[in-house]
Amino acid sequence: METIILFAPLIGALICGFGWRWIGEVAAQWTATGLLFLAGLLSWVIFLSFDPFAHENGSYTVQVLRWIESGSLATDWAIRMDRLTATMLIVITTVSALVHLYSFGYMAHDDNFNEETESYRPRFFAYLSFFTFAMLMLVTADNLVQMFFGWEGVGLASYLLIGFYFRKPSANAAAIKAFVVNRVGDFGFALGIFALFFMVDSINFSDIFAAAPELAEAEITFLWTSWPAIELICFLLFVGAMGKSAQFLLHTWLPDAMEGPTPVSALIHAATMVTAGVFLVCRMSPLMEYADWTQSFIVWIGLITAFFAATVGLVQNDIKRVIAYSTCSQLGYMFVAAGVGVYSVAMFHLLTHAFFKAMLFLGAGSVIHGMHHEQDMRNYGGLKDKLPYTFWAMMIGTLAITGVGIPLLYIGFPVGFAGFVSKDAIIESAYAGGTSASFVAFWALVVAALMTSFYSWRLMFLTFYGEPRGDHHTHEHAHESPMTMLAPLGVLALGAVFAGMIWYKPFFGDHAKVEKFFGIPSAHAEAKAEDHAALAMLGAAFAQESHGEGAAATSEDHGATAEESHGDDAAASHEDQSGPMPGQGAIYMAPDNHVLDGAHHAPVWVKISPFIAMLLGFLTAYQFYIRRPDLPGRLAESQPILYQFLLNKWYVDEIYDFLFVNPAKWLGAFLWKKGDGATIDGGLNGLAMGVVPFFTRLAGRAQSGYVFTYAFAMVLGILVLVTWMTLAGGN
Amino acid sequence: MLLDNLLSIIIFIPLIAAAILGLFLRGNDEAAQTNAKYVALAATIASLLASLFLLAGFDPDDTGFQFVEEGTWILGLTYKLGVDGISVLFILLTTFLMPITILACWEVKDRVKEYMIAFLVLETLMLGVFCALDLVLFYLFFEGGLIPMFLIIGIWGGANRIYAAFKFFLYTFFGSVLMLVAMVAMYVDAGTSDIAALLNHNFGSDTMEVLGVQILGGMQTLLWLAFFASFAVKMPMWPVHTWLPDAHVQAPTAGSVVLAAILLKLGGYGFLRFNLPMFPIASEILADFVLWLSAIAIVYTSLVALMQEDMKKLIAYSSVAHMGYVTAGIFAANQQGVDGAIFQMLSHGFISGALFLCVGVIYDRMHTREIDAYGGLVNRMPAYAAVFMLFTMANVGLPGTSGFVGEFLTLMGIFQANTWVAAVAATGVILSAAYALWLYRRVVMGDLIKESLKSITDMTTREKSIFAPLIVMTILLGVYPSLVTDVIGPSVADLLSGYQTAVSDFHATSQVADAGGH
Repeated sequence: METIILFAPLIGALICGFGWRWIGEVAAQWTATGLLFLAGLLSWVIFLSFDPFAHENGSYTVQVLRWIESGSLATDWAIRMDRLTATMLIVITTVSALVHLYSFGYMAHDDNFNEETESYRPRFFAYLSFFTFAMLMLVTADNLVQMFFGWEGVGLASYLLIGFYFRKPSANAAAIKAFVVNRVGDFGFALGIFALFFMVDSINFSDIFAAAPELAEAEITFLWTSWPAIELICFLLFVGAMGKSAQFLLHTWLPDAMEGPTPVSALIHAATMVTAGVFLVCRMSPLMEYADWTQSFIVWIGLITAFFAATVGLVQNDIKRVIAYSTCSQLGYMFVAAGVGVYSVAMFHLLTHAFFKAMLFLGAGSVIHGMHHEQDMRNYGGLKDKLPYTFWAMMIGTLAITGVGIPLLYIGFPVGFAGFVSKDAIIESAYAGGTSASFVAFWALVVAALMTSFYSWRLMFLTFYGEPRGDHHTHEHAHESPMTMLAPLGVLALGAVFAGMIWYKPFFGDHAKVEKFFGIPSAHAEAKAEDHAALAMLGAAFAQESHGEGAAATSEDHGATAEESHGDDAAASHEDQSGPMPGQGAIYMAPDNHVLDGAHHAPVWVKISPFIAMLLGFLTAYQFYIRRPDLPGRLAESQPILYQFLLNKWYVDEIYDFLFVNPAKWLGAFLWKKGDGATIDGGLNGLAMGVVPFFTRLAGRAQSGYVFTYAFAMVLGILVLVTWMTLAGGN
Repeated sequence: MLLDNLLSIIIFIPLIAAAILGLFLRGNDEAAQTNAKYVALAATIASLLASLFLLAGFDPDDTGFQFVEEGTWILGLTYKLGVDGISVLFILLTTFLMPITILACWEVKDRVKEYMIAFLVLETLMLGVFCALDLVLFYLFFEGGLIPMFLIIGIWGGANRIYAAFKFFLYTFFGSVLMLVAMVAMYVDAGTSDIAALLNHNFGSDTMEVLGVQILGGMQTLLWLAFFASFAVKMPMWPVHTWLPDAHVQAPTAGSVVLAAILLKLGGYGFLRFNLPMFPIASEILADFVLWLSAIAIVYTSLVALMQEDMKKLIAYSSVAHMGYVTAGIFAANQQGVDGAIFQMLSHGFISGALFLCVGVIYDRMHTREIDAYGGLVNRMPAYAAVFMLFTMANVGLPGTSGFVGEFLTLMGIFQANTWVAAVAATGVILSAAYALWLYRRVVMGDLIKESLKSITDMTTREKSIFAPLIVMTILLGVYPSLVTDVIGPSVADLLSGYQTAVSDFHATSQVADAGGH
């Protein structure tokens, strides 16, 4: 069954890529879509029936084929199935199947291609299916190299799909940028794999995880000095994650990637591929748990991304770019969760985000489709009645992403849209993280939630409310999308509304529920008692805090207490190995990791702060775009520097051009002309250059037939040399 | 027994065909040209089929030489051939690529008979290098290969062919002279020219003083340097690589294919046959030197490739960068490094060959290699665009293609030897993506605007059939690399265990000497 899920999309890709010539375009597209729905169905069967405790360590492996083997390195093509894989399977196959279906409508007509002569549709479906295959390879890998295969495979698919409109120079540039920036991340990823192999002599997950405690003690010499091995390895792997998940510093490719067709943005650049980095960090949780420094680094990068991308999202005018920056920002949330050690929560937000963000993108695609490929929101307005279904879909997506729900109400589960449940879980976890990074993260994420709410409602108001702006003709002909496009929206809407409430417990319930879901064996009673002791300490700290006066003062308190308890537990856990070992279960939470419980005990003001931020964001957007539509322009005028700074995305692209791109080009030209030309040919090998022209002049006078004469002379020369050598040697 | 002389049969089938062409084929009309091509194709295919028997009969677990043939020859020289796990796949690579090469020059009109003879002779000589187990024989084959290549560039090349041909010849010849001197010295020292015997001979490694300079590793270092000079030029390594872009640019398509796919590998094979196993102490001493040269080569030539305006030059520079992984992998001297280096050489044979063929396809149509002369080819050449995409991705080492396995294994090996070099060399994966995709974009992507390209046609059946076997190999080796690593693994392990023993003995004795000194 696992094998079918994995290879069905590949077969679909091949049929769409090559087979359509024989069976026809439409048949090929339906075959690929059908195979994807099959894979999706099987994935749900696996996800719902998966019992981690039926297998050793909560996972099992299906061998497919041998792969790279060299000396002690042995890797296979294999499928590792555990709770993380199963979760990713449903996300990938569900969204992918729906996007396939949606693409029938969206790609039905395209002005970029000649309908008569160019068969762009099967090509598009082939790329989509190939992407799905690569993504499945990534999440089912049982070793890091196979994961790297999927990692680069999705990069290729992304490159091909961003550059799908190959006649547009901007699309081509964006495609290359995406691939190359991702390669920067892969550079780190690859070095991480090498370092891991160097230390552990294996890159299979089960071996790596088992070696994690030893690795935590080890040192590795890398470049100029010696490092704690586990920190270095985790850091390098995270660099890979930064590239793929478009985290700050390596985020520049994601907004440009919106050059691709909109279904691509929904599938690849929102729901699945960009979350691969989060998946990697969660997959590596047995290592990450020992890498405190890297964990805080992840939190910092996550919070900066969440904040940065939200600020840029405030002022963008292209509907897809707004959602792209929103994706970037939400990925930052997930990394904060992973960084503070609640991997289940990171996965939770990954799951819910996949539903509502795919829906927002597909909704935006529906708007763009209805508006004849107009993407500038300044030319929208008043589309509520023209596109009623799309409007409601977008509305649900917006309610989900901004986190609408009923705070503090718990009826066996919290009540609210998917984003409300999972985002609040992250913010509470950040609060409970107990480090200075997570404290900053808490506030950054709350502020980002406010901005998220603002730009999401801004998008809604600009698009669906107010007076129609821009070209009259386009507005008159605006039309609702066909059923193939609306049906996927309906399915995703279910997820966006209910996913949070349904899966609250297994991802963010109490410790026991989460452990059961992910197949982590429960700790022994002794360890549990210890846990409770530590928990009591933490609880006391929180209690103090909630009564505290100033946030700064309490944070010190809190930090100190948490640190102490961390220290104590770390010491205790070394003596007492009774807790779950790394590698048992799909994720690993060290015995001293109490963030999950801490988050549940967060004070009330923490729990309602994201809700208040959401309300503020909504009210501001309402004020700006419904009641006083002149305000945004005036504000932009009064703050030109800030506005330009945000509009130009903090000038990161310009800085990179200045720092990397232009110097590389200059250096290339310099090395070529001055290095190869002047120095090597001219100086170091001056002898050769002196001799060559001499011979060339000689030969220049001769016909090319005379070259044979020279060749003959050479043969003679060699024979003479050899003869001399034999005779000399013989004596 | 036929199998007893299998290696000779594989090697000399092409030469016999060349002799037949030279002696019996008369005239230069259409029919004679066609006959010449068919004879050459038949001979290369026959050689390929014969080499399949070699593969079938080869026992990977036997790390000694197999299919050994030995006999006396003129002037008291020994004729000795044999293969082990390190060389056998290079023979397969050569016999596999030669029919493709012959097909690639199907449209040549000028001196077809001589052209075919040159390629057939070249094949014999290249195969000979990989099989020779005698110093003199090796040298003959190794140097002899220069001549047909020199002719191919010098006669059938582009406008500036004479300059390129001489540059090619002088660079490689200069290196070879040093190697010849070293061979004489080895013969004097060991009293035999048998390579199998030399592999078991311990060359002196006591510190020597030459012209007032202390030479660590003594005799081994001197010999090592002499061989290194020859093979480094052949690879080519930075900074003696500048002949390669010129040679490629001027060479005809088929010449470029052979040059990139097979001739460059002679250098890497030489390192594995001579430098590493025969002079282990010197290799150990000079390993960092080679690793750094390789790392520089990768970054330097990748940057230069970024700025090229000529497609062939760009691919030539990319070849130098990829050979950087090979040299670094070899001198990392561990299983992953050496396995990876051999794999990379084989894989680069398919990929670079295919890339030069890709250039050839459009050069045949437009007669220019200028990147700016193209753009938007995908509009009229979708099949070509797909093939070019595949090999571009293989060239940048996308997992699933053979290019990845080689790069990944070598880098993994290098990391264990020197993390600095690994980090610098790994930047090549970023730069290669940049130059390769940029080339692809400028040539294939975009709208078709240029008037001259409006009537360009897609690949013919002949052209597609040339690429088909290369596509199969690139993906097959990328998905199931055990096909290669199973064959080379035991021999490489054997080589390395000998190497490690020699190195640790050396360190042990030098420590004893140090202790005695104090």
